[in-house]
Amino acid sequence: MSYIIIIISAIFVHNIVLSQFLGICPFLGVSKKISTSVGMAGAIMFVMTLATIVTYLLQYFVLNPLHIEFMQTITFILVIAGLVQMVEIILKKVSPAMYQALGIFLPLITTNCAVLGVAILVIQKDFNLMESVVFAVATSIGYGLALITFAGIREHLDLVRVPKGMQGTPIALITAGIMAMAFMGFTGIV
Amino acid sequence: MNQWKNFTKGFIKENPVFVLLLGMCPTLGVTSSAINGLGMGLATTFVLVMSNIVISLIKGFIPDKVRIPSFIVVIASFVTIVQMVLQAYLPALYAQLGLFIPLIVVNCIILGRAEAFASKNGVWSSLLDGLGMGLGFALALTILGSVREMLGAGAIFNYKFIPANSDGILLFILAPGAFLVLGYLIAIVNKIKKQA
Repeated sequence: MSYIIIIISAIFVHNIVLSQFLGICPFLGVSKKISTSVGMAGAIMFVMTLATIVTYLLQYFVLNPLHIEFMQTITFILVIAGLVQMVEIILKKVSPAMYQALGIFLPLITTNCAVLGVAILVIQKDFNLMESVVFAVATSIGYGLALITFAGIREHLDLVRVPKGMQGTPIALITAGIMAMAFMGFTGIV
Repeated sequence: MNQWKNFTKGFIKENPVFVLLLGMCPTLGVTSSAINGLGMGLATTFVLVMSNIVISLIKGFIPDKVRIPSFIVVIASFVTIVQMVLQAYLPALYAQLGLFIPLIVVNCIILGRAEAFASKNGVWSSLLDGLGMGLGFALALTILGSVREMLGAGAIFNYKFIPANSDGILLFILAPGAFLVLGYLIAIVNKIKKQA
């Protein structure tokens, strides 16, 4: 499978939020302002790529040789939780400016199912290491695209009069539904 | 009376999906039919009840600092059990739910209840809390799945009620339908809660 197809498919056609339903909680939670959503998108890209590489290596060099594939879920979630913590500590020390920008979003990422989802997906799809990295980066770009666009729409929604019962989450979900329809237009490209 | 409240609060008042807005990913991802919603809801209920029981039993031994990782290990163990049982006895449902079975681990409801309830209360209350929350989650998923299946395929629990050669509105089975239906359902719940 060529890399370009993986990239286009992960960003547009099978967008992780709008067609795979992964990482919905931060998608609804941190999309009220463009600036926070940019920070979140950056943190996710960083952690997702790193987590995918580490879990990939673990799967093929530890779990498979020992025939304990059933431990996949437990291993992966622990590795991701540990990794997030480690990234937080290192970032604080090495680059305080970046820590300031991403800091508050990092702990949230442990429970972002998109990270665990991508780590499991690349194993299920039998990607090699390079393809996995490309897939993880492209997926997080797709995530960022959806998140930032959505935040832009929500900033404008604040100024609009919405029926009482629909205020807050309901209108946000319906906006996401319409965005998902727009992304359906990409179906069939690859 | 108090125990009864622990059990019933998950149904409507603190319904995890419609009110607390937790566990959105499986809620949207697997509810293309009523059966899938119910299956996912019951799998989550099992994990929720078991992890609540275990966590309330071992809460005295866990140092506060490593609390969250310990909870995650307990939860992940039960998810692995569910995964293996479904794979062995209900392979069709397992194939339908796919990736969302391992992702029960990161379902915020479970960790949320462990942290907010089971780590502070006794075994019996935690069991009831887990059961009530889990059934509330299953109820919400089944409702969402039913509405999507009725609109999208003209069927409910695989029983088709429109003429065999006609189709439903396919959009509601696909991704956008999930967002739209959930949006309207939450709006209706808000409305009902205001009046009550």
